[in-house]
Amino acid sequence: MKRRDFIKLSGLTTTAALIPGFLKAFEGKTGNFSGKRVVIVQLSGGNDGLNTLVPFRNDIYYKERPKLGIKPETLLKITDEAGFNPALTGFRKLFDGGRMAICNGVGYPNPDRSHFRSMDIWQTGSNADEYLNTGWIGRLLDSKCKGCDNPWYAVEVDDTLSLAMKGNLKSGFAVKDPARLQTLMQDSFLRQLADQKTESASGELAFLYKTLAQTTSSAAYIYEKSKVYKSTLTYPQLQLGNELKQIAELIRSGIESKIFYTGISGFDTHVQQTNTHARLLQIVGDSLSTFTDDLAAGGELENTVILVFSEFGRRVKQNASNGTDHGTANNVYIIGGNLKQGGMRNPLSDLSDLDSGDLKMQLDFRSIYSTILGSWLNVDSKLILGREFSNLGFV
Amino acid sequence: MTEKQKIAHLYRRAGFGMNIREELSGTLNGEIERVMNSNQQWEELFLQGEDRVTTGQLMAMSPEERREIIQDLAGNVKKLNLEWLRIMGKAEGQLREKLSLFFHGHFAVRVRKFNHVETYINTIRKYSLGYFGDLLMAVSKEPAMLRFLNNVQNKKNSPNENFAREVMELFSLGRGNYTENDIKEAARAFTGWGISEEDEFELKRNQHDSGMKTVFGKTGNWEGEDVIRMILENPQTALFITRKLYRFFVNDQVNEVRVKELADGFFKSRYHIPTLMRTILSASWFYEDENVGCLIKSPVDLIVSLNRTLGISYENPQPLLAVQRVLGQTLFFPPNVAGWAGGRNWIDNSTLITRLNLPKRIADSAELDISYKNNMDDANPNEVDKPKAKKTLACSVNWTLFLQKFDKIPKVDRFNAVCDLLLACNASLQQPRIMKPATSDSEELKQITLYILRTPEYQLS
Repeated sequence: MKRRDFIKLSGLTTTAALIPGFLKAFEGKTGNFSGKRVVIVQLSGGNDGLNTLVPFRNDIYYKERPKLGIKPETLLKITDEAGFNPALTGFRKLFDGGRMAICNGVGYPNPDRSHFRSMDIWQTGSNADEYLNTGWIGRLLDSKCKGCDNPWYAVEVDDTLSLAMKGNLKSGFAVKDPARLQTLMQDSFLRQLADQKTESASGELAFLYKTLAQTTSSAAYIYEKSKVYKSTLTYPQLQLGNELKQIAELIRSGIESKIFYTGISGFDTHVQQTNTHARLLQIVGDSLSTFTDDLAAGGELENTVILVFSEFGRRVKQNASNGTDHGTANNVYIIGGNLKQGGMRNPLSDLSDLDSGDLKMQLDFRSIYSTILGSWLNVDSKLILGREFSNLGFV
Repeated sequence: MTEKQKIAHLYRRAGFGMNIREELSGTLNGEIERVMNSNQQWEELFLQGEDRVTTGQLMAMSPEERREIIQDLAGNVKKLNLEWLRIMGKAEGQLREKLSLFFHGHFAVRVRKFNHVETYINTIRKYSLGYFGDLLMAVSKEPAMLRFLNNVQNKKNSPNENFAREVMELFSLGRGNYTENDIKEAARAFTGWGISEEDEFELKRNQHDSGMKTVFGKTGNWEGEDVIRMILENPQTALFITRKLYRFFVNDQVNEVRVKELADGFFKSRYHIPTLMRTILSASWFYEDENVGCLIKSPVDLIVSLNRTLGISYENPQPLLAVQRVLGQTLFFPPNVAGWAGGRNWIDNSTLITRLNLPKRIADSAELDISYKNNMDDANPNEVDKPKAKKTLACSVNWTLFLQKFDKIPKVDRFNAVCDLLLACNASLQQPRIMKPATSDSEELKQITLYILRTPEYQLS
């Protein structure tokens, strides 16, 4: 990045950016934040979409999955042809309550079956033959959106930051445990560094000191917010449950962050998948159901959209180990208290028209991003995604 | 800049900084000669006593057996990673290793079969101080490359253009210097480039398209080798490689006039990498202020230079894998074929704080205390929670030797002396106001050293 672009985009001069007092001004902001926000839940490993939402009227499904196919009578039916995995009682509640939209056959042209590559594609919003080192949320931060100057605009509940959250000029903020981060930043060494007279610093050194100052002020801000409201609901005592609980607490405490990123891994079910998969889905469904209850109780669900995605789905045909191998297109779930159009947004994938054993893509995943960016966050999605994608109308 | 500062700059850029036994002495020209001439001997990366299961043997197995074996052997890629880190730390031929790190990012592949990784990285290390053309040809024929960019699936009747595209876009010419048709036709020339059952390059005649192709406007029954030769005949390749080397070794902000000059020389030398490197390292502009301390060290650079500076020896280097992971650069696991983006892309709130805390954790043999993302290459399918870097960085720092360097320096000058040795840009760093009361001189010097190693300044090269 060019230095002058950085200055131009951040609206800061080099020295101003380095004065801690200037940054600390952010800490003073309080009040109820009413802006719309997005919570992203990433299912890593390639979630088996066909056993998440089962096309129970389809003979091909049962023929290709003699062992893995889930019997119609056990499914949680939501339409006359689709039913959720029995573990997804949480999803069924959300769907029945009009709080869920489902997009089927979401993918991209020339699908890549490698986990890390396909996840990169989803996180950067690139084409399959294109390599970007910025994520779609990162570029949202770069786009001078309102409030984007705050480093905590986009928060990832983790120790490290995903590519999705990295921009050229700005990045999201990684924090797994606000109290722990605050303690870490209060370390006497880091405090002394913050006192270094760096007015004369320029270029990369100024950038590093600025990142440090922002980390200090953001950690303080997030920590303060994390203390305001403590949830009384019972979340699944697992990582995803804990992380969503933390997000709910921050939101109900009035944090002004607009993007939250979290996820769960373990979906790479090549072997004996039935129980593993059900367990994972149970965690996802229960965590999200509690999370939405929590937000709804605080009147915050109306302002929230949750996006649940995975890097790819799995092959239609089960493998020889009672598992499934890497596939292509998959379902994406959008959850919120204020969806314009919930329910099934498009038909289930056609199992009689496959691309060498894999589902064909119906919707480009970027049309989901584009809908969220354009219709929910009111930003110019073309600027962030590089081109226009159709609006799916769910928000 | 003083002569000593210039020498320190040379060692930071042409290698991973000076090691604990080296002194900042001699003349700059003498040191440049030393950097250029100390690369003759080098040690191949090779894991002793490991089974090398060939492609032929794998093909004879059931899919389940194959998956299991590949999973078992995937751990060896990590062993290779640590082995290379060790070599980078101690190798006399620092320039070879630094160039190889560059070319590993340039010819980025990510495969799980460790013997492919082994031959791939040794090929890079072998040719990194030779001619770029030889390097390009040899890496293109490495099983790791053929597999990673799907050329093993590139067959006469069903061409796969992945390799043909990347060899032009990322490895040589750069975007805008070829057409889609060039890719299509070049892919035909590369059909049949595959891997033998013994895991060596093999041209599979029955999959090869030996017909007429038109590449870069020239028609003939071109073979893959011809395409690579034509790529090298285009000076654009010299410009593309030189610009990228400049960004890695000199400055991320490219001086295009200077790069053009360097590229002309590179092309005239028939892509002789040492000639280009000598020109860069000998140029007076290389030592000008604007080119000093302007690069953010890569995680591998940071880890290796810490090891060299402090003479660290690890009881168990395993946690260094986690350090690489959380800092965003794991050897042999680049993010994609385009390699690591580098520069400011290394830095976010998490990586910065981890970097600043790292020297302390090493000095204390403490835990890294950070969880990292499950990247699916080595994931336990049943692992739901993110793995945590629990192991301690058990190691010993050679403080005795390090502190000796400052024995003769008066106490008041020591802070600046340590800065001079460790930092690329020390103009603004002030001595910390409050220090823990030190029980001895050497304790105080340790504290000063750790303070300096933990500054943003130390992140720069």
